[in-house]
Amino acid sequence: MIDWFTQFRTFVQKTTGVVVHEGQEYLVESRLAPILRTFGFASTADLIKQVLRRQDPQLIALVADAMMTSETFFFRDRQPFELFRTVMLPRLVEAKRDKRRIRIWSAACATGQEPYSLAMVLDEEARRLAGWQIEIVATDLSGSALETARAGLYNQFEVQRGLPISLLLRYFHRDNEKWRVVEHIRSRVRFQQLNLLHSFNQLDTFDIIFCRNVLMYFSPETRRSVMARMAQTLEPGGMLMLGATEFLPGGEHLFQPLPEHPSLLLKRPVALDADLKRTVLA
Amino acid sequence: MKQVLIVDDSNVIRKVAKRILETLEFKTVEADDGQKALAICTAQMPDAILLDWNMPVMDGMTFLKALRNMPGGAAPKVIFCTAENDISNIARAMHAGADEYIMKPFDRRIIRSKFEEIGLV
Repeated sequence: MIDWFTQFRTFVQKTTGVVVHEGQEYLVESRLAPILRTFGFASTADLIKQVLRRQDPQLIALVADAMMTSETFFFRDRQPFELFRTVMLPRLVEAKRDKRRIRIWSAACATGQEPYSLAMVLDEEARRLAGWQIEIVATDLSGSALETARAGLYNQFEVQRGLPISLLLRYFHRDNEKWRVVEHIRSRVRFQQLNLLHSFNQLDTFDIIFCRNVLMYFSPETRRSVMARMAQTLEPGGMLMLGATEFLPGGEHLFQPLPEHPSLLLKRPVALDADLKRTVLA
Repeated sequence: MKQVLIVDDSNVIRKVAKRILETLEFKTVEADDGQKALAICTAQMPDAILLDWNMPVMDGMTFLKALRNMPGGAAPKVIFCTAENDISNIARAMHAGADEYIMKPFDRRIIRSKFEEIGLV
């Protein structure tokens, strides 16, 4: 039991960045139970042994998916979206009035509720942003989560957690028993598969990054590396929104928190190239 | 402690809603039709009302219209809580003066989210 579990912890951390702690066998077993049933494995240990042989990429992807915490809902925690509307957008509208272009990255977007919530805020602010080109790129490691996100199709429970009824009426339509995000909101978001452990070079630069409730599952080293690469990806004056409980995990030299909103970080003006390189290499 | 009036003809739904609302630190009072709910509101206006649509004696929509015409009846926040999930019905309920809308079945998170939405959590 201990042997496969230890090996599996290493496998999960290397594949997804997520740290599975000692004593969390129950978590692994509950997450993998549906795969166990689908493929008819006799036990969790048998399934994991097969994964560790690394012969079946499909099975590996399914197991990696299952181990990532992907719970999300529309307008989760509310305040980040309020800050997006009242602090982040006005700062950028002022700072970028010449280029009139803003790029937003929703990192680890899971099934898409966060980027669609951002797109809804932008739509509500359409008058103020007339003539601006605003792009939302949303990434996740999980192919199945991205499939749901691209479809923009949610069940009745999902559309009732965090989403005011007025926005449900405005931005969704019924699709049999489910609810689908309307086309003009869906088309504002470009989804892309990306592992946060890998390079961000393919993404170009951003003015805003939302990366909430993700870094807390990573090791301190992985956190530092992701934060440093995100700082490189941000434009001068760019902003990073973390989860409410993720106050500056190892990025103090790269970002400065807003005093009254510690999970909203501003990229430090002198972006300390040496620091960045040192952190990335560390 | 804020008071929520639960109006539903199903004993089970009232019990489940009551349990959830109590964990959110609300005091609850119950009625199994719109007419009894109006009597409760006449005696003491609650802070919020969780309101079923289809009920015997007086349905939720009739109750809501009567409530909004009562003295002080504009004050309580009203959340429809019903199996009616057509867009046209939701729009009708909102037009009639509801503040939020829950499509059954619900869970604790949905109740919490909707009470946050109306500013009571």
